[in-house]
Amino acid sequence: MNYGPLLFLGAFLTFASAWLGLVFFPAHQLKDLQPVTVEASAETHPRAYSGEELQGRAVYISEGCVYCHSQQSRGGMYLADEQRGWGRRSMPRDYIYDNPVLLGTMRTGPDLVNIGARQPSADWHLKHLYNPQKMVPGSIMAPFGFLFEMRKIEGEPSPDALRFDAGWTADDGAPAAGYEVVPTQRAKALVAYLKSLDHTYELPAANGAGQ
Amino acid sequence: MSSIPAPAGEVAGKSDDRLDPPGFEMTIDQADLAAQRAEIDRSCRWPVLFFYGSATAWLLVGTVLALIASIKLHSPTFLGNISWLTFGRVRPAHLDVVAFGWASMVGLGTLLWLMCRLCRVPLRYPAMVVLAGVLWNVAVTAGTIAVLAGQGTSIEWIEFPMYCTFMLFISFALIGLWAMLTFGTRKEGHVYVSQWYLFAAVFWFPWVYASVQMLVVIAPVKGVPQESIHWWFGHNVLGVFFTPMGLATIYYLIPKVIGRPIYSYYLSILGFWSLALFYNWAGAHHMVGGPLPAWLVTVSAVASIMMFIPVITTAINHHMTTYKSFGALQYSPTLRFVVFGAMMYTLVSFQGSLMSVRIFNEPFHFTHHTIAHAHIGLYGFYTMVMFGAMYYIVPRLTGREWASARLIRVHFWAASIGIFAMFVTLTIGGVIQGFELNQASEPFNKLVGQHGLLDGTIKFFEGFKRQNGAVSFIDVVRDTIPWLWIRSGTGILLFIGHLAFGWLVWLNLSGRGKKRTGPTLFRTDPKGYAIATGR
Repeated sequence: MNYGPLLFLGAFLTFASAWLGLVFFPAHQLKDLQPVTVEASAETHPRAYSGEELQGRAVYISEGCVYCHSQQSRGGMYLADEQRGWGRRSMPRDYIYDNPVLLGTMRTGPDLVNIGARQPSADWHLKHLYNPQKMVPGSIMAPFGFLFEMRKIEGEPSPDALRFDAGWTADDGAPAAGYEVVPTQRAKALVAYLKSLDHTYELPAANGAGQ
Repeated sequence: MSSIPAPAGEVAGKSDDRLDPPGFEMTIDQADLAAQRAEIDRSCRWPVLFFYGSATAWLLVGTVLALIASIKLHSPTFLGNISWLTFGRVRPAHLDVVAFGWASMVGLGTLLWLMCRLCRVPLRYPAMVVLAGVLWNVAVTAGTIAVLAGQGTSIEWIEFPMYCTFMLFISFALIGLWAMLTFGTRKEGHVYVSQWYLFAAVFWFPWVYASVQMLVVIAPVKGVPQESIHWWFGHNVLGVFFTPMGLATIYYLIPKVIGRPIYSYYLSILGFWSLALFYNWAGAHHMVGGPLPAWLVTVSAVASIMMFIPVITTAINHHMTTYKSFGALQYSPTLRFVVFGAMMYTLVSFQGSLMSVRIFNEPFHFTHHTIAHAHIGLYGFYTMVMFGAMYYIVPRLTGREWASARLIRVHFWAASIGIFAMFVTLTIGGVIQGFELNQASEPFNKLVGQHGLLDGTIKFFEGFKRQNGAVSFIDVVRDTIPWLWIRSGTGILLFIGHLAFGWLVWLNLSGRGKKRTGPTLFRTDPKGYAIATGR
């Protein structure tokens, strides 16, 4: 019995059908999404990222933030995401400038799709990246000390240097007298990206995207 | 080792190499068959051992990366300031090393040998196969370094930079070409069910891999359909690559070891075609509630539930075949690993189908419960089956037996207890995390503190109602930490098992195993059990 051709044809057809369904059709259905302008405020959403924000997005990708943080507020029956203040349900249109799209599959840490609206302070973000456990006791976030530079103050202190209050000890990473902690360009870009994550605007429902 | 009578060329002449039910049987001179098997094993020696040796090395690397990542989850300052070892790089490096280093290479090694055995032809074009293996190793090495250096793509399962995936693709194309050529020159007319699965894996994997590379990395489509394509791949790399290789191995080894054909040949055909039809459609259930068209998620949830058909047919076939020779598990290491894997396949598939349903998915997606599922699938099922395959195949290639039955026993118990404990631990931690993320009324910790473990747990589940007062996010994190600690413990158990396994493989490959006279069994076989005679 020679099943070779049958096997080949069957394997091809079953697979091609799923390819059309899960690969081709979604891409086709959503390929024409454009930003929308809200008439009342004349604002257009979503907006494209700035250069520094894109740099920061590259840092987000490079450091693998997506493995602990999702970027999607889910709808559905539990509605918990919205009640936690993570924002309205995410829509396909929110992601048209994202490449790659970083929806994420894990919430070891909180969702970040609206972190820019929830926590707009660059100072907080920088210190939190520098020592997450100090800023949020009990946090298990990876510290990103390697995005900062501890250096001797020569002449004027840097305007970017982190300002620590008296609660910070040397163990927490506070600099000794005469030293300062300065964020690298990568840290600054990452924070610019985090601050840009704000999808709290209203959008018309995308065709077929509601549940 | 293990199992079936003996290697080709020795006493094996007595055994019947046919796996098929009586209807398919032909009369063939048994001595001639034994000589054929010996020739096939000789031809497979270097290519297959190259894949197996590399896979074992990658397994150890992957385990170390896994331990680092696991410890970081409860002790974030451990190796905290080394950029190469930050969690967001170690975790994908772990996944890529075990998936593409260990799982793919051990699977392809097994595939090479199975194809030759089932087609009844010696391995041809060994240079092409070894070249594919070398390229594969180079790609995984370069890719892992790139991920640790911060050049990963942050797209799960395809973190490697483009130049690495290109090498992997070329390498896989060589294996695919080799498989087609071997299949085309087969001397065996009948196509056994294992071959259906292997053939499908070889044909489907390049398709998914090329699609995801083209449409998500090289020329990305716009917006969220990227994630649909990404998870179509992410699910299929398991469903149409690892799973078919694992099932093909089970379908071959269980009948071989216990010397009896599979329970039902026709169920195996139903199992294959229903898997082909439904598994491909299941990927989008990773995005329940997400920003994608609802029809997409629904179609995938339906396909996931339909997966009960291939899973149940396969389960009946595997378990009913084993059932009548259950006592052989006392003796044969191969059988023990493979049957454990087959059981875990049933478990993980049932769990996976349920996880795609919205009512389960909404609380438990985004939690450690998912990680439990991934590990019981790729480790409990696939990796355990591949351990069994290596215990069976390597002695036939090197002509040397495994040095120590005791070490095999250490490996088996460390791996099986370790992975099952990891599954249970992460499932409990994940369920707590999931319920609390969806607002159980009070944190688990606090209830247990007030009422003791049992009463506290009952109160926790009683208290779970929709839209009660929220548990703060940091409380959710705190309540998962004890489970993450236990998980690291189970990881150490797995690591011990892998050290025993790695040492055994090293001894065998470096020619320090026992000269082969018969398989290394867990114990001598006082009853003259079926496996000793092969029937």
